[in-house]
Amino acid sequence: MHIPKEKITSILATDCGSTTTKAILIEKVDGVFRLVKRGEAPTTVEAPIEDVTQGVFNAITELEELVNRKFLDGKELIKPKKNDKNGIDIYISTSSAGGGLQMMVAGVVKSMTGESAQRAALGAGAIVMDVIATNDGRLPHEEIERIRHLRPDMILLAGGIDGGTTEHVAKLAELIAAADPKPRLGISYKLPIVYVGNNKAADLVKERLGEKTALDITDNLRPTLETENLMPARHKIQALFLHHVMQQAPGYNKLMKMTDVDIMPTPGAVGDIMQLIAKQKGIQVVGADIGGATTDVFSVFQGIYNKTVSANYGMSYSISNVFVDAGLDNIMRWVPFTMDERDLRNRIKNKMIRPTTIPYLLKELIVEQAVAREALRLSFDQHKALAVGLKGVQKERTIGDALSQVDSSESLVNLLGLNMLIGSGGVLSHAPRRQQTAMMLMDSFLPEGITQLTVDSIFMMPQLGVLAKVHPEAAIQVFEKDCLVYLGTCIAPIGTGKEGKPCINVKLKKSNGHEVDVDVPFGQIHIMALPVGESAEVTVTPVRGFDMGEGSAARVSGTVHGGTTGVIIDTRGRRPFELPKDNAKRVEKLLEWIKAMDLYPKYPKFE
Amino acid sequence: MANAYTPGLKVSEKTVIAKERRLPLMGDVLVKKGSRVKYSEIVAKTELPGNVELINVVNRLSIDPKEIRDFMLKKEGDKVRKGEAIAQSSSFFGMFTTACPAPCEGTIESISCATGQVVLRQNPTPVEVAAYIDGIVDEILPKEGIVVKTIGTYIQGIFGVGGETVGELCMVASGSSMILDEKHINDSHKAKIIVGGALVTAAAIKKAQACKVAGIIAGGIDDETLKNFLGYDLGVAITGNENKGITIVITEGFGNINMAGKTFELLKANAGKLTSINGATQIRAGVIRPEIIIPKENTNEKDIDMQVESNLLMDAGSTIRIIRVPHFGEIATVVSLPSEPRQIETEAKVRVVEVKLESSGETFVLPRANVELIEK
Repeated sequence: MHIPKEKITSILATDCGSTTTKAILIEKVDGVFRLVKRGEAPTTVEAPIEDVTQGVFNAITELEELVNRKFLDGKELIKPKKNDKNGIDIYISTSSAGGGLQMMVAGVVKSMTGESAQRAALGAGAIVMDVIATNDGRLPHEEIERIRHLRPDMILLAGGIDGGTTEHVAKLAELIAAADPKPRLGISYKLPIVYVGNNKAADLVKERLGEKTALDITDNLRPTLETENLMPARHKIQALFLHHVMQQAPGYNKLMKMTDVDIMPTPGAVGDIMQLIAKQKGIQVVGADIGGATTDVFSVFQGIYNKTVSANYGMSYSISNVFVDAGLDNIMRWVPFTMDERDLRNRIKNKMIRPTTIPYLLKELIVEQAVAREALRLSFDQHKALAVGLKGVQKERTIGDALSQVDSSESLVNLLGLNMLIGSGGVLSHAPRRQQTAMMLMDSFLPEGITQLTVDSIFMMPQLGVLAKVHPEAAIQVFEKDCLVYLGTCIAPIGTGKEGKPCINVKLKKSNGHEVDVDVPFGQIHIMALPVGESAEVTVTPVRGFDMGEGSAARVSGTVHGGTTGVIIDTRGRRPFELPKDNAKRVEKLLEWIKAMDLYPKYPKFE
Repeated sequence: MANAYTPGLKVSEKTVIAKERRLPLMGDVLVKKGSRVKYSEIVAKTELPGNVELINVVNRLSIDPKEIRDFMLKKEGDKVRKGEAIAQSSSFFGMFTTACPAPCEGTIESISCATGQVVLRQNPTPVEVAAYIDGIVDEILPKEGIVVKTIGTYIQGIFGVGGETVGELCMVASGSSMILDEKHINDSHKAKIIVGGALVTAAAIKKAQACKVAGIIAGGIDDETLKNFLGYDLGVAITGNENKGITIVITEGFGNINMAGKTFELLKANAGKLTSINGATQIRAGVIRPEIIIPKENTNEKDIDMQVESNLLMDAGSTIRIIRVPHFGEIATVVSLPSEPRQIETEAKVRVVEVKLESSGETFVLPRANVELIEK
């Protein structure tokens, strides 16, 4: 950095997402760092401008216009700050512009190691573009052509049990070496290859691929025929994706020269902020950052931090993949009106091919928020499956698990113990009404017991994450004053019952002594007003068959925090949460909840 | 901000196009730098060694391994056809013979007097790379291939399926809004690249496949049609390897959307010309878009289009296309670019553009993010 930390008063920070580049200006005002303004522009990783820095300049230009100041002199940043009208002291950035993770996997026998490798890659959030196996019936040159055409972001090479024959694995390595795979994001880095095969063949693989690729060797995912050990491979894939693929983008080298400190991958930066919140407040946290290509989920339970990147669930580039994986019915279950399937399909695909468009009509917003619910749900499922303990602790699957597709590991994520749910990302941070954000978080994560709901105000956690590395005080000041928005607290008992039958009693005692006592029957959402900054003592008494964490019908007490929405009592059921199967009934219930939450302006008619 | 940046696809009447043509394995480059090549010309080739068949001749003929050469009808290096006898024994003064036939076509690689086995190498698989476009060899990639360069019309589509194909460009649509249906396609379109206007229907694709049409270029396609054509729902858009016997290039998007006027007119002007298309698409950072290449003879680099940056800036008077509902696909003119964000129907406050519809003259505001610049 060219300037001592004490002299910094003006900070420009950008986050280059796969779809949008966001620029924020942070300045010291009356001795405290505050957010001044935010600008944004489409990320420029596509022709005709395949250079991420152009999007950065465009976002900064918008910021300049909004604050009527100059930060750029042509294509150079004005540093340090010259006067009130010109320049900034430091420039920092995060990036996830590289987008999703598309892998190829290679194994000796397609139905054995090939499939294990595929499971490892899928579980790590990747899309598997192709499985190459010695017995897949293709000729070597066909496989080489395929590798070259697909330009995978990473290759997972498996094969053989530990101590077994090495010949086939060596041949696969030769095939990959002959393909001389070039990463899709240019020549600035080597293609990551993760070797997870026979430990005896590791040296042979190193000989063949060590020079040409960024080879990483980890534990065999099929150490014996009967055991499958997927976790080390999954963690390695996630780590390599984060550091070698995701932040890369056309023009990335130019961006690196502009920043005062190293560019951080967006999930790393957001994860640091999530950890900071958990540590500062001594609470258990789940956070999610939903972007255009990826959805990142973070959790801190029992002091253990886990981060997963669902590399192909997102709201623009990956929206079609959410549609395919979740299915039409799962998306439409959140929508209180009918839509022609043909029309919906075309709209989703058009969003994929033109990722920067935004919903203009209310019905479009509702559909996009429905997709977001499913993207978050699927990403959280992946997170729960991966967040199974400390890194490096191996969990083994038996052949029975492998065949039945059941993961034998126990997730650390315990929703009853969760204190705070944090949302970030465009669809959550920029929802026109904060209630919409609260509802999306509730529908996708299905919090249980008492859970505080928050959201990143304007989607600035990534920038604060990297700022914390340079100037922790500035990051904390902005975070506390401008970043976290308290949406309210969700109270949701576990259990299911009949519509309208007794479910829960909630007694709320506010700090001014005012008391509210309410019985909420099953199947409803009920709001108790409690503004931002206020807290109240709450006693929750569920009826028999419902559990707030202390057992059936057991009373629980605690403190709840207010927010933009207030205290939300959600008796729609948990384990399972189910929407009515009858379509008319489902729409009726959705409209009832929309009204209770005051979600949209046109209630109850969307036509 | 008086103007705004919008992304766009490359549509050039005349530009320099360079394509790398690379073998999957090391081999021989067959052309020289500076030579002119036709699209179908093989520019590099190699041979993939054939698999090996072991033939236990001595067992078959009930002879001793040491004697094998006395019974062989073929020697090392000889080519044999499937079923052809490679060795033969006879008994009872030649009255009875036992032959050992070749299990496949190939070349005798070795005859072992120790094991009594004959190694038959199957014929090699030729691997060849064609030029794909008419042009001049601009660079030789030693042992791997070439870079072929040409000057011609270059149009990027927004989405496609299927790989490289070449054919005569044939305008089937009478206008950019015509829906391409099965009734427009017949046997005379065999091996041609046909151009529709707006939507290409599922029935049209089926008919085109039946008529062995090489490729279809159209403004839009329904996602449902795409799903049925591919046989699966496309999650992440990475295409190009579909073996459907036809390549499809979509220029505008999903649904019934008119082909952009400039694109349609360019294609119309090139009707009858040899055209190379590739549907391969990868929609992610480091994007790959489908392409339409129409090489032009007797054109030199002075005449090429220069992509000027001002083309990318939206300003009052610019022609735009609306890329999201409402008015999806319609063409309009920018009236103004208000600098202050405005509230739209969703209640979001966004930066907007005021536009006037070409079709009705109606004026309204839209999010800037929902329009793209086009050339009329």
